[in-house]
Amino acid sequence: MLKNRIIPCLDVKNGRVVKGINFVDLKDAGDPVEQAKIYSDGGADEICFLDITASNENRDIIYDVVEKTSKKCFVPLTVGGGIRSVEDINKLLNCGADKVSINTAAVENSKVVIDSSKKFGSQCIVVAIDAKKSGEKWEVFTHGGRNNSGIDALEYAKQMEENGAGELLVTSMDRDGTQVGYDIDLMSKISSKVNIPVIASGGVGNLDHLVDGIKLGKASAVLAASIFHYGKHSLKEAKEYLDSKGIPVRI
Amino acid sequence: MNVTIVDYNSGNISSVINSFKEVAQDKVNIEVTSDLDKIKSSDKVVLPGQGSFKSCVDALKKINGLTDTLDEFAIIKKKPLLGICVGLQMFADIGYEETETKGLGWISGKVSKIDNQNGKFKLPHIGWNQINIVKDSKIFQNIENNSHMYFVHSYEFVPNDKNVISATTDYSSNIVCSIEKENIFGTQFHPEKSDKIGLKIINNFINL
Repeated sequence: MLKNRIIPCLDVKNGRVVKGINFVDLKDAGDPVEQAKIYSDGGADEICFLDITASNENRDIIYDVVEKTSKKCFVPLTVGGGIRSVEDINKLLNCGADKVSINTAAVENSKVVIDSSKKFGSQCIVVAIDAKKSGEKWEVFTHGGRNNSGIDALEYAKQMEENGAGELLVTSMDRDGTQVGYDIDLMSKISSKVNIPVIASGGVGNLDHLVDGIKLGKASAVLAASIFHYGKHSLKEAKEYLDSKGIPVRI
Repeated sequence: MNVTIVDYNSGNISSVINSFKEVAQDKVNIEVTSDLDKIKSSDKVVLPGQGSFKSCVDALKKINGLTDTLDEFAIIKKKPLLGICVGLQMFADIGYEETETKGLGWISGKVSKIDNQNGKFKLPHIGWNQINIVKDSKIFQNIENNSHMYFVHSYEFVPNDKNVISATTDYSSNIVCSIEKENIFGTQFHPEKSDKIGLKIINNFINL
């Protein structure tokens, strides 16, 4: 039976982890390679890096981070943030990323998803959708949540599936950082609309939220950042909890 | 000993390279090449494959003499070869992804889309699934039945001779996820992404 995945996400800025695991025995708490290794040893089903480096001159640092991580972690590694072109994707994959997550570029230029999924295969193309509720629907935002594209998130999700995305990483902007739980309505609507796996993101504050994301939100995988940082919950705890609630997980 | 990972522009093979180098350390030489002489002289060959069946077959054929060299290696000389994901699928006679495409024809059978039962099962089949070992395979030494492996695919290999199947996985139906036929091995899952247990399979292959 296919297991639901738990994916810890690390925000990386200028090659350093912004929020991270606060373990006393960590030699360098800001080192993304070391933190990714802790997660993979702890049972992470995949690792996700979100590069939030703002300045162009520091953008290349992520390649070095990915290269070092992929030599130490032997679970899938997804890298997102700042990907503009097929060439950017090519570089990340060559450095050892297994998947890339494309956000703004997928909205601005549909050819990026179409061309890259043809060139590298759908399996490595994740389209990240940042969605915000607006009346009865959700709208897709770009540029790290700063710009409203006005595009309907459900229609967009379907379009991205047709363009060749292998998975959708759906983040509720209303919930992100709030720790009150995923936007279940958004997740389940998108998941029902498409036939590709949906990864739920944004708003996890406790382990029940992970359960809800899968059971009610119909997500194939749940992504979380802060509950795994600062040692609030370990991946092992999270998996055992999901298992106790009847959710199939890899233990 | 030399193990060659065939680099034929089939997409992203850096994870395959990293995992084999991690397992081999300094004991085994890992070559990454499409050089025909190097392939011929190596002890073992790994055939990775990402993207579609058609794109992988096309990429193999683009390199002059490569399919003949692989034929000679695996079929005539019967040296150990491991196909991963589409690398395994290409062993078949024919594949139906994008358009009907001839495979290497090493193991009689076809590659067709997983039946998603009218949308009940999402495709691609992505994530960790358990393998059901149905026959002893040399690459499964010290691998427990029902171990978790990492999968990502929408198509499945359906061999005519069921005796070549060494493991299946349950997704919509019993999907063939590992085969062994004499010197030819293949996994539909990605041992290079399947954590410590996956590295053990790679180690088993290297130590054949």
